Amino acid sequence: MDGVTLRTETMTKVSMRQSFAALAVVGLTLGTLTAPAAAQNRDPAYSAARAAGQVGEKMDGYLGYVTPAAPALRAVVEDINIKRKAVYADKAQANKATVEEYALTSGCLLIAQTKPGEKYQAPDGSWQTRGNGPPLRDSRCP
Amino acid sequence: MRNPELTRSANPATNRRMGHGSNFRHRALLALPLMGALATAGCISVNAPDKPIVIELNINIKQEVVYRLAQDANATIESNPDIF
Repeated sequence: MDGVTLRTETMTKVSMRQSFAALAVVGLTLGTLTAPAAAQNRDPAYSAARAAGQVGEKMDGYLGYVTPAAPALRAVVEDINIKRKAVYADKAQANKATVEEYALTSGCLLIAQTKPGEKYQAPDGSWQTRGNGPPLRDSRCP
Repeated sequence: MRNPELTRSANPATNRRMGHGSNFRHRALLALPLMGALATAGCISVNAPDKPIVIELNINIKQEVVYRLAQDANATIESNPDIF
């Protein structure tokens, strides 16, 4: 009788461990499936143009053309700028600010977040290449 | 008995004509700088409307507003990686 109870105990332990492992696997797969949906990455054309220095971050919170862009790239960039404006407008209203105020603040942060080699607009309006040091930013930037 | 009446009453007429002429010339001189100002004003208005309207608007944005919005803007950028 003792032998039987011991066997059932180990059986339940094993099955519990298995179910935990199964749960973990389900959790992992769910995580990997939902992560890309929530955090969609940049359009490849935009990423390439950004890396190549064709487009840069402007002071006003929108993307600008450093060099004359082809119509295909222009379409991608305009689409992003329209979406940015929609987000700025939504968030500005929530924070009782104007779209321009929210966009300029975002521009400050986006210029600060540029990676070395990427282009950004300096306070004098000129295009600059981000180096390893801090970028040239508006005096009001945080 | 002397008559106080002026002789040669034609004189004032010539004087008046001279006075009238100088007045007209004065008016013409006064109008010259005005016309010049109008001309230069026209030149400036042609050169002015170029492009940097956005930057002019941004001058009105105060630093305290930017500081107030910074944290929220940072969160917005992080949650929309496809457009930033």
